[in-house]
Order: sequence, then C-alpha cells, then structure tokens
Amino acid sequence: MAKTRAIVITGNGTNCEVEAAHACRLGGFDEAVIAHISDLLSGDLRLDDFHFLNLTGGFLDGDDLGSAKAQANRFKYARVDDLSEHLIDQLLRFIQAGKPILGVCNGFQLMVKMGLLPAFDGNHLQQVATLTFNDCGRFQDRWVYLKNNLASPSIFTRNIDRGIYLPIRHGEGKFVAASAEVMARIEANNLAVFKYSGPDYGEPTMSFPENPNGSEHAIAAICDESGLLMGLMPHPEAFVHRTNHPRWTREELPEEGDGLILFRNAAEYVRSNLI
Amino acid sequence: MARRIEIALREQVRDPRGERIKREIEHFLHLPVERVRTIDVYTVDAELGDAELQQAAAGPFCDQVIQEWHLDTPAAAGFDYLVEVGLRPGVTDNVGRTAREAVEYLTGRPFREGEGVYTSVQYLLSGKLTLADVERIATGLLCNTLIQRYTILDAATFTAQNGVSVFVPKVLGEIKTVVREVDLEVSDQELMRISKDGVLALTLEEMQIIQAHFRDPQVREARQTMGLGPRPTDVELEALAQTWSEHCKHKIFAGTVQYEDEKGSRQEIKSLFKSFIQRTTKDVREKLGDRDFCLSVFKDNAGVIRFNDDWSLVFKVETHNSPSALDPYGGALTGIVGVNRDPFGTGQGAKLIFNTDVFCFADPFYDKPLPSRLLHPRRIYEGVVEGVEHGGNKSGIPTVNGSLVFDERFAGKPLVFCGTAGIMPATINGKPSHEKEIEPGDLIVMAGGRIGKDGIHGATFSSEELNENSPVSAVQIGDPITQKRMFDFLIRARDKGLYNFITDNGAGGLSSSIGEMSGECGGCRMDLAKAPLKYAGLNPWEILISEAQERMSLAVPPAKIGEFTEMAKRFGVEVSVLGEFTDSGYFHILHGERTVAYLPVAFMHEGLPPMQLPAKWTPPRHEEAPIEVQSDYTSDLKKLLGALNICSKESVVRRYDHEVQGGSVVKPFTGVANDGPSDAAVVRPVLDSFEGVVVAHGICPRYSDIDTYHMTANAIDEALRNYVAVGGALDMVAGLDNFCWCDPVLSEKTPDGDYKMAQLVRSNQALYDVCMAYNLPLISGKDSMKNDFYDGTVKISIPPTLLFSVIGRIEDARKSVTMDVKRPGDIVYLLGKTGDELGASEYLALRGFVGNRVPQVDTIKAYKRYHAYHEAVMTGLVASCHDLSDGGLAVAAAESAFAGGYGMDLALSQVLWKGGDTGRNDVALLFAESASRHLVTVRPENRGAFEATMGGNCFAAIGVVTADPVLTITGIDGGTVIRAGLADLKEAWQRKLQDL
Repeated sequence: MAKTRAIVITGNGTNCEVEAAHACRLGGFDEAVIAHISDLLSGDLRLDDFHFLNLTGGFLDGDDLGSAKAQANRFKYARVDDLSEHLIDQLLRFIQAGKPILGVCNGFQLMVKMGLLPAFDGNHLQQVATLTFNDCGRFQDRWVYLKNNLASPSIFTRNIDRGIYLPIRHGEGKFVAASAEVMARIEANNLAVFKYSGPDYGEPTMSFPENPNGSEHAIAAICDESGLLMGLMPHPEAFVHRTNHPRWTREELPEEGDGLILFRNAAEYVRSNLI
Repeated sequence: MARRIEIALREQVRDPRGERIKREIEHFLHLPVERVRTIDVYTVDAELGDAELQQAAAGPFCDQVIQEWHLDTPAAAGFDYLVEVGLRPGVTDNVGRTAREAVEYLTGRPFREGEGVYTSVQYLLSGKLTLADVERIATGLLCNTLIQRYTILDAATFTAQNGVSVFVPKVLGEIKTVVREVDLEVSDQELMRISKDGVLALTLEEMQIIQAHFRDPQVREARQTMGLGPRPTDVELEALAQTWSEHCKHKIFAGTVQYEDEKGSRQEIKSLFKSFIQRTTKDVREKLGDRDFCLSVFKDNAGVIRFNDDWSLVFKVETHNSPSALDPYGGALTGIVGVNRDPFGTGQGAKLIFNTDVFCFADPFYDKPLPSRLLHPRRIYEGVVEGVEHGGNKSGIPTVNGSLVFDERFAGKPLVFCGTAGIMPATINGKPSHEKEIEPGDLIVMAGGRIGKDGIHGATFSSEELNENSPVSAVQIGDPITQKRMFDFLIRARDKGLYNFITDNGAGGLSSSIGEMSGECGGCRMDLAKAPLKYAGLNPWEILISEAQERMSLAVPPAKIGEFTEMAKRFGVEVSVLGEFTDSGYFHILHGERTVAYLPVAFMHEGLPPMQLPAKWTPPRHEEAPIEVQSDYTSDLKKLLGALNICSKESVVRRYDHEVQGGSVVKPFTGVANDGPSDAAVVRPVLDSFEGVVVAHGICPRYSDIDTYHMTANAIDEALRNYVAVGGALDMVAGLDNFCWCDPVLSEKTPDGDYKMAQLVRSNQALYDVCMAYNLPLISGKDSMKNDFYDGTVKISIPPTLLFSVIGRIEDARKSVTMDVKRPGDIVYLLGKTGDELGASEYLALRGFVGNRVPQVDTIKAYKRYHAYHEAVMTGLVASCHDLSDGGLAVAAAESAFAGGYGMDLALSQVLWKGGDTGRNDVALLFAESASRHLVTVRPENRGAFEATMGGNCFAAIGVVTADPVLTITGIDGGTVIRAGLADLKEAWQRKLQDL
C-alpha cells in the first residue's frame, strides 16, 4: 500500500517542527518529513510528493513585520530554483488536489495573513482576517479550554465531543475579522472550529485568562469551507501524551493527549481519500 | 533618496503597545496622559520605484485588516506631542533586516552595498503635558539613549514641517585602515594611562610583562621577518588585553591566595580553580569509578555528561551582568542567545533543549535616590525580563526553570544568569560527539552575522566596575533569528561531517575564539580584510575584538569547504574563509598583505604569572534578633508570602514559553489551578522515550552576610533537594557553579578586598566539601568578579552570590512528583530536622535583622535521606513533595496546600528538632530555613511502605491533608498558631508582582 506522507516546513524561525512531526507519526502517518524551506526553494523536495502539510509554530523571521508577515511574503514571491515556478504555485496545486493543511500558532498566523483562511469562495490569496497582539499586551504560555463546534466542516476535529484542552504560547493571537460581514460568514458557515471557553466547554468566553488574547467571538481556530484547511492558535502537538498535561500528576487521564486526535483525523482522511 | 513608510493602526483598533506605555508613564512618572498611540516607521534607503515602495508598504509592511500605510506622508494625527525613537547608527536593527529581505523577495533584486531599511517607532501622546514632561517620558521610558535616538515634536511644529523629516542612521566611517604602533618604552604611569584610556583593563604588572616581551631581542628578530617593528601594534595590544582579561582568563580564580582564617592560621592556595573546582570533579570522578558519567569537563564551551548509551547532555550557565546594567533589554537578550552558542559550540555541536534563567534585582518598587548612572531597578526588571523572553521564545528553546532573587544591593549591578542545555548523539559519524580536533591546514571559517563596532571591549569592560564612563560600544543587540538560521544550517553540516571543530564567538570576538583554537593546533594565519563587515570604516583591531553577535568560528577541512559554503548559501547563512590554522606557534594576523599581529601562542596563553591575592577571614557579628513569642503567626506568614523572594513570579514565568519542543513533564507551575510553584523541571528531550532530564538550582546570597561557606553549602543543598524532590536520580547528577562576586582584590578602591577574597575562599571550601559528600562532579561554570558600582563617591557591592545548578536524570519521567497536595486524608511528613537557624532568613529580614545562626548542612544524613526518598518515589509511594527553603515550613506548607486546593492540619510538636532545647520555639519551627528538608504527602494506604523505605532516617509525620481549604498549624503548646483560608494565603502570595 502507498505510504501516507506528512511534511513539516521549518526554517527562518519555525520552532515546533520536531514535535509536530512526532505527532504526525503518532497520529498514523507512515512518514513525517521535516523540510527546511531551503529544501523546497532548491527544488530538492516538492510539496506535490506529500499528502499533509504542517505549518507549525515558531517566530518566522522573528515576527519582525508582525507575526508571519515576512514568511507570507516569502511564500508569495520566492522562486523555486530548478523549476520554473514560485513556491506559491506548488502550494495552490496542493490545495487544489484536496490535500489537508494544518496551521498551528505561527502557522495559523501565516495562513490567515496569506489568505489561505478562511478563503471564501476558494480565493486563497485574499486576506480578510488577522491575528494581532493579545489584549493583555504580553506573550502568554497557559492552557486553555477549547469548545468544539460540532457543525464545523473541519476534517481535523471529527470525533471530538465537547472540546479539548491545549496550551497556547503566543503574543499575537487575537483573532480579528476585517468586517462584520466576514465574521458573520465565518459564523454562519460554522468555520469557527474552536472557541475559548471555561472548563465545562460551555459558552465561549471573552474574559481573561480563559480567552487569553481577547479574540473576537472568542475564536481560537477557523477552517475553510472544505474543512481541509484549518488553523488554530493553541498547540495540538504539545499535548500528545498525558505527561504533557499540567495536572497529570493529580488527575486520571488517558495515555493519549487531547491534541493527537487532529493528527489522527488527518492521517485517517489521507488514507481514505488520497491514497 | 531615502523614503519614509509609516504604518498606523486603523482608528478603531486597540493599540496594546500604546496602552502599555500609557500605564508605564502613569505608574513610573506619575504624569497625566490621556492616550498613547504608536506608529511603525520604515525608512527605506534604496533605489526603488514608487510602485515597488507602494507594494512593500501595502504588502509585507502592513496588515491591512488592522493597519493603514502612508508613503512620504505622515500618518500621525490627533496628538499633543510626538516622540519618534529609532536606533543609533550601527546598532543592529533586526526588524530593518527582515524588512529589507521582504523587499528583496518582492522585487527579486538584492539591495546594493550601502542600501538598507531602518526602523523607528512613533509614540503619539495626548494629555496635559509640557515639553519637559515629554523629555522625561522619552529619556526615562521610551528611549535608552545608549543605543537609541529620539525626536520630539509638538503638534504645531509637526504640522508646520509636515511630519518627521527623513533621517538615515547609517554609519559614515572613514574608509581607511589604520594600524597604530604603541610605544611601551614609557613610564609606569604612562603605561597605566594607555591601559585605562584604551579600556584594556590591564594592570601595571601585566603592562610590564608585555613591555618586557617586546624588549626581547629574539622577539624583535622574529617580528622583523614579518615587517613589524619593535613596538606592539594596537591589534596585538588589544588581542592580549582580551585574552588576559578577567572575563576570559579568570585571573582571580587562577591567582595565588594567601588565606588567613579566624584563628590566624595561614595557608597558600595556588589557584582556587585548580585547588577546589577542578579537584572536586577529579575526586568525585575517582570516587564514582566505573559509574563516572562525565565525558568532557572544563575544557570546552560547556560540560558534557552521559545521558544514556545513545545520547550525551551538555549544559552551561553564563552571566551577562554589566551589559544588562547599561541596556537591560539588549544585555539580557544577548545573554540568552549568547549562552545558547556555548552548548551549540561544544563537542561537535549540540541541539539545544532548554534554557534556565535566574535574575537578581533590587526591589522594583525602590523609591530612594540612586546614583545618576544607574537605571531604576524596575526598568532593569522590565528590560531584562523582556530581553530574555524574546531571546528564548524566538529561539524555540523552552525556558523550564529559574528564579527571581531580590536584594537592595543588586541596584549596583543586576545579575542575569542564563543557562542552556543541549543534547547530542553519543557518536557522530563514528566519533564520540564530545571530541573534536583541528588539523593544521584546516580553514578558519566564520559563520553567521557580520562584524560591526557593537560589542567592542565587552570582555575588558566587564572586567572593571561599572562607572560613569563605561563605554557605549560595549553593548550589543542579539538577533535570535539570524542565530536560529545559523544553527539550522550548522546542525546539518555537523551530521554531514563538514567541519572538524566548532566554537562560539563570544567575549573577545575572533581574538578569543581563533586565539583559543590556535592554542589547540599551534597557530593560525588569518586575514582580517576577508571578514564581512556591517559597514566600512572598522580598523583591524576593531574587527579582531568586536563582539558582534550570532557568530560561530569553525575549522573546515579544505576538501569540504565547497560543500560547506554551498549549503550555507542555501540556508541563507553567510560564511567567510578568513585564513588557515597552522602549527607555526604564532597567532599571525594580517590585513590584506600586511602583518598586523604576530604573537607567540605560548605567550598569549601562558605568559601571565598568577596574581597574588591576600585573604583574611574575620567572622562578622550581627545584632542578635530578639525573638518575641506570639500566640499567632498568621499575619507574619501572609507578609512572608508577599515578600519579594517568596511571592509568585507567575507574571514573569507565563511570558516564557516553557513547553516548546513538546517534552515538558514537570512545568514551572502545577496544581489544581496550574499556579503552584514547582521545585524543579523535568523534560523528555527524546520524544519516543520516557527517560527525563531533571534540572534545578539553588541560590541564597543573603546567607553571605553571615558566612559564604554556609551560603555555598545551602545553595548546593537547595539545588540538590529541589532536584531530588521531583524525582531526580542521585547516581547521575552533575553541578555547575556560577560565582558572582564583588571585587575581591585588595586595593585603594576596595579596602575590604581581603575580606571579600576570604569569602571567596570559604565558598570554594564548601563547594569541595559538599560536592564530595553528594557525589556531584562540577562540569562547567563561570565567574564574574567585578559586580560593583563606583562613581567616585557611592560604592554599591553585590552580596557574594553563587548560583548552583544541577542537571541529571529521572529513569522514568512518568514517576515524577509535583509539589501540590493531592487528596484529603493524605499523611504529611517532614523529612529532615529543624534547628535554631533563623540567621539571614526571610523571617528575620522581615523584621530588619540578619542574625548569626545561619543554617548548616549535614551532608551525610541528607544524602542518605535523599537516597531513601528517591526509592520511595520510584516505587510510587509519594503523592507530593515540596522543598523547604525561603520562609521555612510555614511557607512550604501554605504553597503545597493552596497549589493542591486542600488544607492541612499540622502540629509543630511533631517536628524533629536538631540540637538542644534552647531556641526550640514556634518561630524557629515555623520559619527557620534549616537545610535538606522536604514536605511530603503520602496516601494512608502507603504509610507502612513509605515509613519502611525511609527507615533509619530523620523524618516525622506532622499532620494530615484536609478537605477543608484551611491551613491550620498548632504550636508546641497545642494552641493554634496559624489558621488561614487557602484563598487568603494564595492572594497574599500572588498579589505582589501580579501587575508587573
């Protein structure tokens, strides 16, 4: 049987590539390749040869022009050496082939700022939302409860019941839509996959620290209408084993962490649809 | 012509950066300000068309969902005063560099030589402010004038001149290379002037040794063959000054000490380093025999120990005190990214797995006058915390362990300890990874950032006290992203075997790194004209000693250089071949064809005779604190919980990513609400294994006021007991010593130098004694010996401080123990005895006393007990464990209880007492900081097994965990001495630094 292959792009300040690849393997991918962006720009590796793209956490280019801005620019304009195309051409081909992409933290910021999310009407290069500085004005590392939207089309969140518990680690995670219309469409189409909530996964909350950044509508994650592209500020790859949980020494927890299900679902989707 | 692009937030968008500045203006300067908004400015000095500039402004520079861009027209409106803050010429502009790269991607055209993008920030202030107020805001808060420049405009002027005028902060150096010869055939007085004026930090004796070297006819003859005269060049003098600086050479630790103790017995100690630190490791390793786990100690940038058959661990802790005093943000940022290069440059190179940091500050709420050159402790606090935040988070290395320590004397110099650990495969390409060798003929390669005037004289300046004239250029600004790119590249080059040797370019720059590498193989020939510069106009001596950041030095075999440079180019890393290593015996430096330095390697490294250092120990006597016996200590406990050294540091710790890399097991905070303070950190560096690395530290500078011997013993014990508490194993744990002292060299400026030197001797004695008892080999360390401020009138010396860090292993991380109580009904044990040891405690400090009876460590009993406890942990008998330190039993009990959300009922009458009955009272039982104690809870069903495992050790059941969320402690006489709700106690503990 053909192998399921995940790719994690790193370089220029990406930091979570090792645990993201580990999560892909635990989730069921036969292979998880950590590719430095120079491997893509040199033409040594091509996105076409993979089934699942991880844009994971870090500080791309130091977030110097605003989080992930410089990488969004690089993705759009950088040329691949030996092939007469831009990296963006490979990326759009990947999307057109119906392959899933998961953006985490800095990767979510990148997807939103490129326009890959929410990508209304299949327009993947039109930015209509952003992620900006937390209302508290500071970087925060803390755990948050994420209420799951059962009606969302995301392929990553299947079989998640009420919600999951994950850490956030960011300074620029406040989700802002460009207009009320954009927000209304996100809500109407159930594209807001996760919202910050209390421990009961009840109502979404705007209060700190449960909502750690002041995100509009308490949005922590969104997906596109196909459900194949999803981004979230919390880190699913940081909770794949119970010892990652901040209270594992005092609570009865399953061996597997809450975040792993996203990678399992991606692997499952790839095996069922792309192999 | 340069053009300005301004990026402003849309009117309705919140500006958290502006809001924070507003809060700080109100808080620090008590000025009435209604609103602060901010604007980002890019000054683009490059040949670009209008369309290209608009595209850059609208694309990478601006997030159009929340921002708008302005080209050539000012964005600011609706303010009373505007302050624009940018960097001074030559200061690293990280954002400017990223902006430039973004434009290059956009146009597909690289910038030309001399073109660039420069960034600045505008602060728009609204409120009833005067120009003088705004000056205060600018210089007191917004701008560190050492590295930044500012412009103030009022609204009317702004409108009249149509915005802020374009300014390009480019370094305009003369493009000529000057090598001066320095005449040393002068009077002693003149020799000292040369040293002082040149920030060489060389003593008269050292200057005379150099003078003598250049008088030697053989030396003169050899120099002649290279076209050099009898006088040293400035390049040579600077190279020697770096190599011989206290910072690089550790002359105090290498010196000969004449020590006299309190009884008048005298002893000559030849090198504290050899006699105590090195000997500790040697003797412990001999004791361990075939259980020795040290792989590389003291010879490389960091120590290396065995983790398991497949992996080796690397650890180093550094300080960056002097730069942090001048520029807290830049100094601390450079501190963390600088120490990252140590493990990275150890052996063949290690992947970095965690950071640790310990900061010592004066009270951030300090409200007394300060000498003019000193920054307010709060500014240092803010700057250092933010610098380490950016350095650590952006590098993708979790910050897993640390402390904040407060003492008023740290106003003179803050201490900024930054540590980094790494992991490397035990063998790489068939060779042990901790070994490396240079072959003569290998090429000298510099990788990473370019060289500028930043960080010139860092090594020598930190070898002096901070004073009015401390040089501006000594400060650098680190760039984690340039470094990250370099590391991404080098780790792959390592795995492909593309280099033979790697080391860090830190203090002393190329002079130190290439100088040390030349010592490995016997010489070098290096051309400074081949070094890449940030801007023209650097003289050869400046190129040689610049401490510009993010650089590693390597030895690359000629056969591999093609593949090495090709790969570097793909990764966007600049590498330059500067020459070759030789076995000529000479440190031979050229600039183009011309020789500018020709120094025998042996003279550089062994030319210095040991310093002679007097030391005389006279034990201090402090006023004895009157102990008033009270019937209730609840309010004392609350005050202690709110003391700076005890209170929660969560507002700082949450700003540090402690979970990246996915292996965090025991985090900084734990318990029912994720807010109880952990004793140590456990991480799994290899994600498909459950073997854990445990890291902890101990630090207690207050005890130095009584005796540095006990300060040191307690610091080591604290580190080990924190380590043991979470489950660290005793058969594989190593120590790192970081000494930060006030100048201990007897002189006119330091009339009590012999006492401070004696304090250093006593500290070293304890280091040997305690490490031997605990089987703790020292694998690395560092000393910083000039932590004083002196402006001619006011002198502030820090308390002698030892940071002791330990790194080791837990066999199975799933057995780790945390400090929060777990369930009602669990039995509370106190391991270890409590004594009449309130000396230098937090409790006495609260009452304004130091006292005399400092805690003393009984290493034999403690070590035996730690072993038994570890066995209990490994058999799963321990529900929670918290170490007792600042504030003693009462504080530890409160912390464990509120972290777990359950109360405790404890009886002081059950606590084991050390020594006779004198001094046994509720105060000592509650608050004494006697060493080696743990507060442990155990499920009732495990009582028998736990007590059997601990058999033969000092421990006692002192109470029980209760469902009622109240801490109740009864005194010796049976009356309740503490009773408080957990919410109250937690509030007292959390409030103090919550808003910082």
